[in-house]
Amino acid sequence: MTQALQVENLRVSFPTGDGGRVYPVDGVSFTLDRGRTLALVGESGCGKSLTSLALLRLIPSPGRIEDGSTIRLGDTDVLSLRGEALRKIRGRRIGMVFQDPMTSLNPVFTAGDQIAEGVRAHFDVSRAEARRRALMLLQEVGIPDPLARLDAYPHQLSGGMRQRVMIAIALSAEPEILVADEPTTALDVTVQAQILEVLDRLRERHGMAVLLITHDLGIVAGRADRVAVMYAGQIVEEAPTERLFASPSHPYTQGLFASIPRITGPIGRLSPIGGSVPAPGAWPGGCRFRPRCPKAFEKSETMPPLLPVGFDHRMRCWLAERERA
Amino acid sequence: MSPFGDALTRAWRDPRGRAGALILAAVTLGAMIGPHLLPDPLAQPCVLTCRDLGPSLEHPFGTDDLSRDVLARVATGGRISLGVALLAVALSVTLGAVTGLVAGYLGGAVDTMLMRLVDAALAIPRLFLLLLVLAVWEQVPVLVLVLLIGATGWFGTGRLVRGEVLRLREEAYVRAAEALGASRRRIIFRHLLPNTAGPLLVAATLGVGDVILLEAGLSFLGLGVQPPTPSWGGMILDAKAVLVAAPWAGIFPGLAIVITVLAANLFGDALRDAVDPRGA
Amino acid sequence: MTLLQVRDLVKHYHAGGLFRAPAPPVRAVQGVSFDIGPGETLALVGESGCGKSSVGRTVLRLQEPTAGSATFEGIDLFALDRVALRKMRRRMQIIFQDPYSSLNPRMTVGGAIAEGMEIHRLATGKEVGRRVGALLEEVGLDPGYGTRYPHEFSGGQRQRIGIARALAVEPSFIVCDEPVSALDVSVQAQVLNLLADLQRDRGLSYLFIAHDLAVVRQIAHRVAVMYLGRIVEEGPTEALLRAPRHPYTVALLSAVPEPDPERQRARIVLGGDLPSPSHPPPGCPFHPRCFHPLRSERCRAEEPTLRPVGTTLAACHYAETTPSPEMAAAAVSPAAPEG
Repeated sequence: MTQALQVENLRVSFPTGDGGRVYPVDGVSFTLDRGRTLALVGESGCGKSLTSLALLRLIPSPGRIEDGSTIRLGDTDVLSLRGEALRKIRGRRIGMVFQDPMTSLNPVFTAGDQIAEGVRAHFDVSRAEARRRALMLLQEVGIPDPLARLDAYPHQLSGGMRQRVMIAIALSAEPEILVADEPTTALDVTVQAQILEVLDRLRERHGMAVLLITHDLGIVAGRADRVAVMYAGQIVEEAPTERLFASPSHPYTQGLFASIPRITGPIGRLSPIGGSVPAPGAWPGGCRFRPRCPKAFEKSETMPPLLPVGFDHRMRCWLAERERA
Repeated sequence: MSPFGDALTRAWRDPRGRAGALILAAVTLGAMIGPHLLPDPLAQPCVLTCRDLGPSLEHPFGTDDLSRDVLARVATGGRISLGVALLAVALSVTLGAVTGLVAGYLGGAVDTMLMRLVDAALAIPRLFLLLLVLAVWEQVPVLVLVLLIGATGWFGTGRLVRGEVLRLREEAYVRAAEALGASRRRIIFRHLLPNTAGPLLVAATLGVGDVILLEAGLSFLGLGVQPPTPSWGGMILDAKAVLVAAPWAGIFPGLAIVITVLAANLFGDALRDAVDPRGA
Repeated sequence: MTLLQVRDLVKHYHAGGLFRAPAPPVRAVQGVSFDIGPGETLALVGESGCGKSSVGRTVLRLQEPTAGSATFEGIDLFALDRVALRKMRRRMQIIFQDPYSSLNPRMTVGGAIAEGMEIHRLATGKEVGRRVGALLEEVGLDPGYGTRYPHEFSGGQRQRIGIARALAVEPSFIVCDEPVSALDVSVQAQVLNLLADLQRDRGLSYLFIAHDLAVVRQIAHRVAVMYLGRIVEEGPTEALLRAPRHPYTVALLSAVPEPDPERQRARIVLGGDLPSPSHPPPGCPFHPRCFHPLRSERCRAEEPTLRPVGTTLAACHYAETTPSPEMAAAAVSPAAPEG
């Protein structure tokens, strides 16, 4: 069975000050395949981070996952789990790497301790065995001089090393799925390359499914098998990576590509998307991109569903009906 | 809506904050208007016959052993106690803010000197210091009492403000002001002070509760507000002798203290919550 | 006619004070020199810890330099007294990276923009309000926004307000300290366009500090690459990006993610970690991580100076033969880092 994770119609809501609710994640569906990377791409406020938190049921209160959402891990229904059962899948079956390694590691414990803690949370092993596995994990994530690093405190480690420790912790339970939420955003470009390399290697070796959340299309191009673009709580385009980059079809995706500065190719004035991202409470009716879309037309006033626009390529735009490729 | 008004609104919305604020308002109102509406607290209209009467329609809080109306005394005493608290806290907060701002922003030798001073001062227990001074100086005027309490209560605020300033100093908008050519005075008063206002206000509100208790304690020991000026602590001292016969003479001023301090703390807590998560 | 001339700038940070044991100083900037002409943008590029932000702040004398000189419009900046320095501040301004801390949360946006005008007495009364409105419009915001507070604006809008604030005193030179790093891609593009337009309309010069080479390419005429407090390569933007000569530049360039799956380049993944600026390696600062096949004892013993190599200036003993990423990736990864 190649499908590791199946998400259908995920909706997350938060209460507003005056009794209503907003839905920062509004009907998101995707699947993760074993040994493959799906990139969830979008700018701030699109709901991608909340989506990843929802997978582990870590939505901070007073937010909640709405009924009608489905999250299936293999044949386990994640949303129906309670207590101990839920705790068991966190880390053990789905691991998570967070964005900011500076604040995600506990400053008063050594790296080795934190990794070993991860091991012992999911496997019944002795302290010595946990430490041994922690050392192995550090080697696997490519930290130089791992024996010394085992007893280092987070503040003694550089950003890149801390992120590797976070990955080691996430791997300590040998999860089937790894969720990496902007794992390299806080890191320098050369370190970024190192970390992405590590993630790739580990994915291949362990056959994990990886959900890579990022706003950087450059990272996506090199590392992801499939891409889903999010805007205002919804997926607006999804396709295999080559297809998406070869023919971005949704006007938002096209706008994103036009506004990225390039390191090669011709330089011209960038064409940014006009306006700004609306907040969850202020979404326009109909297609949410309509106010900023250069190709909006009358039908845009109705919310489009995801429509096919090529083989294995869908977008949430009525223009798909015109461009059946 | 300014971020400041924002915090006050949020503190108001919090039920604890609202309760605290309302009670404080009621107490203050009672203290200000009460004495005008009520009989003279010093009056002893019917000496001997009116002593130690329990609460009644004519004397809602009863009378004390000198035939004075307890309600009137509580109201007037409130004026004194609240007045002392507000003035002393104002003094403390000002001293603490100025010291903290100067030490934090100027740094270097100035900072070191001021903070060593604060450290030394904090080593001396405030209560003992006050007891010492007040025991020697009998019959201290109320204003001097205010000065003493205020002058011994600013050290913690000073440290707090300095800590805030050390953090704020690194904020980009302070750098931007420096880059624009702002003078140090402008930066301290236009940029640093307004952004420490939140924690300062919280410290002030909680400080009011502290000072009321302190003054009450001192007056109870006979060292604070001197008779015949009424104060809540003094009333409890007077009531000590007749506690069995006329408990209301001690209960009501005691209640006044408890309720006021509680209200101040409730409001202060709500204010702290309102100021904190916002982020300076 | 150069606007700004910086020579041998040095900035060390000293930890420890009166009551603490002396620690080795952090050598943030170790001898940096460059020129910027009127209407020109020089980009200062490098990763965290390379000292680029320190250069920006020290040039404006927001921090005192340890050594070196900076001459702006013919005037020696480091020799000015406080009063003269304050007057000079009108001519050189700065915009910051973090839109969320660059504006005083307790001040209205109009107040923030007007502050410079107040300090330098450039306008009074109604004129202030009029100018604030005009500046807001110039940066692409509604002129009526002056009465609002910063928390009512998005990150991109706050950056624009920061730009308006800098423009209010009519500078000829602006240090842009990573102004778009914290912004989303589409907002980043808007702000970059704005900066380019302002440069054209007002004849501004920029010292553009960044870590993203693709962004730099969009806006800079010349680029200087920094590593551990030194400039290791400098030259016209296209030339430097097309034919980099210093191994660090080559590695940096190869690490930039290319948003095109067809054109994935070979990547050089540098071994080891960035050395601490308080304990820089001897000789060439990059030598412990360098992948150049000719890396030798000379690299450890002798610090290379910037010299012309091809179309750029590079500080490397063997810059003529620096391999391209494809060639370097084919070689084995470098030996364990020393020093």
